[in-house]
Amino acid sequence: MPPVTDMAAPIAGGACEGGVNLVAALSADEQEIARVMQICNACRYCEGFCAVFPAMTRRLEFNKADTHYLANLCHNCGSCLYACQYAPPHEFAVNVPQAMARLRVRTYQDYAWPRAFGRLYERAGLTVAFALSGGLALFMILAIAMNGRLIHEPLAGNFYAIFPHNFLASLFGVVFLFAVLALAIGVVRFWRAVSPTKDANAADIAAAAKARVPAVAEATHDIARLTYLGGGHGEGCNEDDDAFTLWRRRFHQVTLYGFLLCFAATSVATLYHYLLDLHAPYAFLSAPVILGTLGGIGLIIGPAGLLWLNLKRDAQRADVKQNAMDRGFIMLLLLVSVTGFALLLLRDTRVMALWLAIHLGTVMALFLTLPYGKFAHGIFRTAALLKFNIEKRMPNRLGLGGE
Amino acid sequence: MHGNERSVDERAATKTDTRFASAAPTGASPDVLVIGGGNAALCSALMAREAGASVLLLEAAPKEWRGGNSMHVRNLRCMHDAPQDVLVEAYPEEEFWQDLLKVTGGITNEPLARLVIRHSSRCRPWMRKHGVHFQPPLSGALHVARTNAFFMGGGKALVNAYYRSAEALGVKVRYNTPVKSLELEDGRFIAAITEAGERITAKSCVLGCGGFESNLEWQREAWGQNERGEWTAENFLIRGTRFNQGVLLKFMIDAGADSIGDPTQAHCVAIDARAPLYDGGICTRIDCVSLGVVVNREARRFYDEGEDFWPKRYAIWGRLVAQQPGQTAWSIIDQKAIGRFMPPVFEGTKANTLPELAVKIGLDPAVFMDTLNAYNAACRPGTFDHTALDDCRTEGVTPAKTHWARVIDTPPFYAYPLRPGITFTYLGMKTDATAAVRFQDVPSSNLFAAGEMVAGNVLGKGYTAGVGMSIGTAFGRIAGVNAAASAGHRHPTFQEELAYAAGH
Repeated sequence: MPPVTDMAAPIAGGACEGGVNLVAALSADEQEIARVMQICNACRYCEGFCAVFPAMTRRLEFNKADTHYLANLCHNCGSCLYACQYAPPHEFAVNVPQAMARLRVRTYQDYAWPRAFGRLYERAGLTVAFALSGGLALFMILAIAMNGRLIHEPLAGNFYAIFPHNFLASLFGVVFLFAVLALAIGVVRFWRAVSPTKDANAADIAAAAKARVPAVAEATHDIARLTYLGGGHGEGCNEDDDAFTLWRRRFHQVTLYGFLLCFAATSVATLYHYLLDLHAPYAFLSAPVILGTLGGIGLIIGPAGLLWLNLKRDAQRADVKQNAMDRGFIMLLLLVSVTGFALLLLRDTRVMALWLAIHLGTVMALFLTLPYGKFAHGIFRTAALLKFNIEKRMPNRLGLGGE
Repeated sequence: MHGNERSVDERAATKTDTRFASAAPTGASPDVLVIGGGNAALCSALMAREAGASVLLLEAAPKEWRGGNSMHVRNLRCMHDAPQDVLVEAYPEEEFWQDLLKVTGGITNEPLARLVIRHSSRCRPWMRKHGVHFQPPLSGALHVARTNAFFMGGGKALVNAYYRSAEALGVKVRYNTPVKSLELEDGRFIAAITEAGERITAKSCVLGCGGFESNLEWQREAWGQNERGEWTAENFLIRGTRFNQGVLLKFMIDAGADSIGDPTQAHCVAIDARAPLYDGGICTRIDCVSLGVVVNREARRFYDEGEDFWPKRYAIWGRLVAQQPGQTAWSIIDQKAIGRFMPPVFEGTKANTLPELAVKIGLDPAVFMDTLNAYNAACRPGTFDHTALDDCRTEGVTPAKTHWARVIDTPPFYAYPLRPGITFTYLGMKTDATAAVRFQDVPSSNLFAAGEMVAGNVLGKGYTAGVGMSIGTAFGRIAGVNAAASAGHRHPTFQEELAYAAGH
């Protein structure tokens, strides 16, 4: 086995970012990435698959921050594992996607804010279960407390007869703002640790500044198109074997855009309420309902597909300990959309309050777990892709010459 | 992972008296039997299947080690007269031929070499059709951007694609099925006998099961003892698969097939001495030779480290190291070289002074310092440029270093231990443009060979990057088409491509 990167080598720059001590010895997960990357850097056959390998070739050794960055740049598409001449049973036992997956969840945890809440990732299944049962209980109790019962005479879809609008807006607003704040602090900590201009000289800083606009554009493109779920050749990534498939990209796109449409539906409804003084319930053909319906369909098809792929994915490249986190988040998205549709269908019946409580409880669980579950991948991946797109526009200090 | 995929019927057939083997179900007796599971064998299987033949492919390795040495390859040397997708400029037939002539020192067969060269110019659409993806050269390999088309993900990705395509087309694949002998009759193939004793008949057969590089006993015998009494090959490492034991190569030579090549000739490079015995592959190479000096166990230099660009010289350094005492050497560099060569897979031995480095790697510090001092004193001032044949050279030291000679004086110093790494051997079966195996110069009507088993026809010695795949792909496809033809199946489209390659 090759030795890991020289750990005695000084790592310049800020010693500590958030709760993460960047000069501490590499953890076992970080060491594994450093070890694997040293082998990959001497091989480089996988350069065409994704961003991880081009990022790797700019380095000769891999410090803590590098491993955090690369772990979040990896999309776990699997191409490099099936193509690897050093994958198990080879004694080098190179398994890039698994090494990256194991550290990736640690980074969400270590950069989390508040720091103590990072532990929630370790028990992601339990976290989701508690959030969900807590959310459901909360709204059922509130409904009963405010109205005395869950079953009632039809109210023509008037949710606010059950929960006043301002009450819901402030409750969800507070939770949502907290989620945004927690994620923002986490990703800022991460960015400070891996920033492309950390320890950079004046020329590098100038190049990075110049790169910012095109890098933001390209990173946005990489996310919007999910470039790196294409396998480098556009035929897609791997699931249960060495064959390529585009289904993961498709299901993820449907999920991503479904989520954004639901977000848009809520935003439009908020504008209707406060700016236009138009109050719910909105008609089936109104903008909030159409956006929400399309988004909801996306959030049924997408998560269902992702769950199916997740269940049959080759365990060799997964970190099985993350199944609860991955599947818990997917299930929450599914529940939010399914209960949302149920509510839409039942909003004129006697069980509206019950379904409203169920739907709101589920949405609350999703909001509460946004900063402490799988959702974080989108935020950290975005930061890593942005760094990649800046860094690749900066001068490369290595000159490997003829070979 | 899949293990042995033999069906119950097939296992039963093993125990059956061989008299009944011909009466076995058609699945057990294909039109074309392909023995081997690397690039050439897969090309044969795919072509034979495309021609309409039923095909059974026997791979000695389990599924996770399938593909022979092809899982370690990275590109295909391609002739082209104009820029083509991933290939820049042009690499005409004549230039390719001259390159081959140069590296082989003329030990080649011009008509067969030109067949391979011309075939390489038109085979890639077929490769793509079967799922191979090409990409521009890898970083650090720009010097072959003009001549070599890289496989995205390397050779294992190519092998995976071919297996997927073969199985989708209905080629039957059996892993864990090494073949120990053939049943031949007047130069005709009758049946293959597996290690497990199973007899498999077929109308025709392609042998694509590699050289003998992994057979350490055979290597030992071929290289023999040197003047110091050392068994040279005992210190070799095998860069490729552990499954190329040369069983059928030996069988065929013993059975009277015409052979070609010298058993000590091989693709042999200097690799890191700490590499695993098998399957070290590309990452065990040491790319800093031309940036420093190389000393042997006696702490003396023995060859011009700066003769030419390293990619053009690495294939001679395996033999150079094989000739040194203990078949070992050390590449010595200083801090100035760091970041200027492909990062090595193993850390170098590091020291702050040269005598300390000598002690750490177990060399006599006094002799080592004599060597280094003599070299350092001989370095003439020049303008260092490791991307060109620069003017930094030595004067008055033997051997000279003719380029990139810079004083080794900036700590820390690093040493990387070297050993010969054998990629594949060139001893093989003599063949012709039909890929037929020959007995007393008469081609067999239904037995063909491809890949490493015939590479020696084109490569008598030396190597140039990617040419092994050019040879394997050309002979693999031709062997598959001819094996299908001898079983009564004509390939629908290959004739035109072949006519061009054959120069007709």
